[in-house]
Amino acid sequence: MSALEPTKLDRPRASRDWSAADSGTAKSVAAALRRADLGDRLRSLALAAPLLVLLALSFGIPIVLLLSRAVYDPTIADALPQTSQALRGWNGTGLPDDAAFLALAADLRSNQAKGTAYELAKSLNARLPGARSQVLKTVRQLEAADRPPLEVMKAVPFWSAPGTWPVIESGTHSVTSFYLLSALDLRWNGDGGIERVSPEQAIFVQVFMRTFFVAAAVTLATLILGFPLAYLIASVPKGLAAILIVAVLLPFWTSILVRTAAWTVLLQKFGLVNDLLLWLGVADDRLDLMYSRIGLIIAMTHIQLPFTLLPIYSVMRTIQPSQMKAAYSLGAKPYTAFRRVYLPQVFPGVMAGCLLTFILCLGYYITPALIGGASDQLISNFIASYVNVELNWEMAAALSFILLVFTLALFGIFARILGLDRLKLV
Amino acid sequence: MLLSSYPTTGERIRITLLWLWCGMVILFLLVPILVPVPLSFNSGAFFIFPLEGISTRWYEVVLGTQRWQSAIGNSLIVAFGTTLIATTLGTLTAIALSDEKFPGRRIVMPLLLSPLIVPVVITAVGSYLFYARVGLASTYAGIILAHTALASPFVVVTVGASLTGFDRNLMRAAAISGARPITSIFRVMLPLILPGVLSGAAFAFVTSFDEVVVVQFLASANQRTMPLEMFIGLREKLSPAITAAATLMMVLSIVLLVVANLLARRGKQRPRID
Repeated sequence: MSALEPTKLDRPRASRDWSAADSGTAKSVAAALRRADLGDRLRSLALAAPLLVLLALSFGIPIVLLLSRAVYDPTIADALPQTSQALRGWNGTGLPDDAAFLALAADLRSNQAKGTAYELAKSLNARLPGARSQVLKTVRQLEAADRPPLEVMKAVPFWSAPGTWPVIESGTHSVTSFYLLSALDLRWNGDGGIERVSPEQAIFVQVFMRTFFVAAAVTLATLILGFPLAYLIASVPKGLAAILIVAVLLPFWTSILVRTAAWTVLLQKFGLVNDLLLWLGVADDRLDLMYSRIGLIIAMTHIQLPFTLLPIYSVMRTIQPSQMKAAYSLGAKPYTAFRRVYLPQVFPGVMAGCLLTFILCLGYYITPALIGGASDQLISNFIASYVNVELNWEMAAALSFILLVFTLALFGIFARILGLDRLKLV
Repeated sequence: MLLSSYPTTGERIRITLLWLWCGMVILFLLVPILVPVPLSFNSGAFFIFPLEGISTRWYEVVLGTQRWQSAIGNSLIVAFGTTLIATTLGTLTAIALSDEKFPGRRIVMPLLLSPLIVPVVITAVGSYLFYARVGLASTYAGIILAHTALASPFVVVTVGASLTGFDRNLMRAAAISGARPITSIFRVMLPLILPGVLSGAAFAFVTSFDEVVVVQFLASANQRTMPLEMFIGLREKLSPAITAAATLMMVLSIVLLVVANLLARRGKQRPRID
């Protein structure tokens, strides 16, 4: 485009008579080119548009919707309109005035009439353990209507307990940080600060640490197993290398579910792994490898090994063997030559393979679900169980949010220092 | 092998250890995926070697009973639907992205790859939440849509790779000869990148056929696919029928991916026409 800038075209001919007409022609040519260029851009955008729109609908919106559930929960605000109104003037300390109690009683009764009382009870219970039975009990007593509502409310100690009203007040704001903080075992304390939840309620930090630990252990194991094999494949003649690479690709091309199924067969009490351990004399008795941390790590290592190995291999095959020979002939010991000549060059491949495996391990779901025990479930399994068992979408969303932040941050590091081209998923 | 012309003792030991270690790693890679194969032909009902006898009774269970048959049928419906949509739209997108005039490629490419990076449980739970609202949960269309998101990145990447070897001058030649852009794409470009497109289609098919997490959240009881039946079977009780199903799935994905990779290589190696 720049070669056709009108100024460059008309400058040498500036002295001629027809220069004005000529520069006009050049300008219109440039404009026409620019128009054509814009047309090309729009056409290529139009080609990509169907997939981009489909991905936005089938993938983008679902994820944004899910994540929004972590911070936006209008259940309580919708269920308690009068209470929200009454709590406007409350300063947040001590108990609110009787008007708030009456408003809450009215809201509870209207929820009972609409049939939404249980939903409200469940939603309050998620933020305030034990609230479900208290709400339902109060609703029943209000229904009986043998006493004035205020008296009923004051008679249930729960509504005068110090922790109750701040939770109701925070619930009347639809936007909440409650679930995100809970996902990190944190909560707001009474005076506007953030504190850790009590140790018996704290579960998620432990689950995240467990997920990181398993991911790190698997990454390390795949590196120890994969690096020498990648080196061997990159060093042997072409024909043999092709056979060896098939040994890596066959498991790579088998689905995670099938490989997990194979490991459930192998790890049984009377399975092949136990047979092997007995035969080698490593173990005196058959071990319980199924539903154990070690069984999970072994199976995940098997599944991830090609993901770590292939990026390392694709860097190693570009390194000339003559470089090592040159190092030797300059007097370097094998270890020195390896450390100072070979390793720095394969380092990007090692980083790519390890980061990829670590990122993928953070999201493991099938293998822990089938091979891990109750104490080996990773964060994805908790997300699934909050949806399937607890029906607590907000908590599932908050855990997804945190997991996604970690995943995308690591992926960003990957793209930043290694480039997207090193992402070998195909 | 790997030894220099005049190996020292230390070098011999190092190379021997390397071969031993790599031999063990290769056994570790291959044995687990090969073990279900003989077990699937076991005539007994257990997973224990030595086999009691050879029989195809577990294959008769997988291919003959109604439960597995409908699972295989569902898998095929979903996988073919996904392949069709993902290949068509993915190819168009790859063609668009291969044009250097495409605006914002550096933003679009990571977005297109993101379904591979986002943990699949998050995709599954999000789809469940959204599709239930718009009436797509428990429908084939919903499962196919979600699988298309997971499969299309493979198509974009594979077709994109085969387009790097495509000579854009051919498109200019077609335009000069009077072909409209659409005609030149169908008559000039598509025949030349066909191996890449077919390879992408095979990747898409396998991605959908092997997928279990999204299906677990989106499928109703009569939309269970083959992997989902396997997953449920593994959770409930281990039956050798699972090893037969696993063997069938393994053979299918390996065959398709071998074909896909051969095609992808052919797509990339095509000589340029001058």
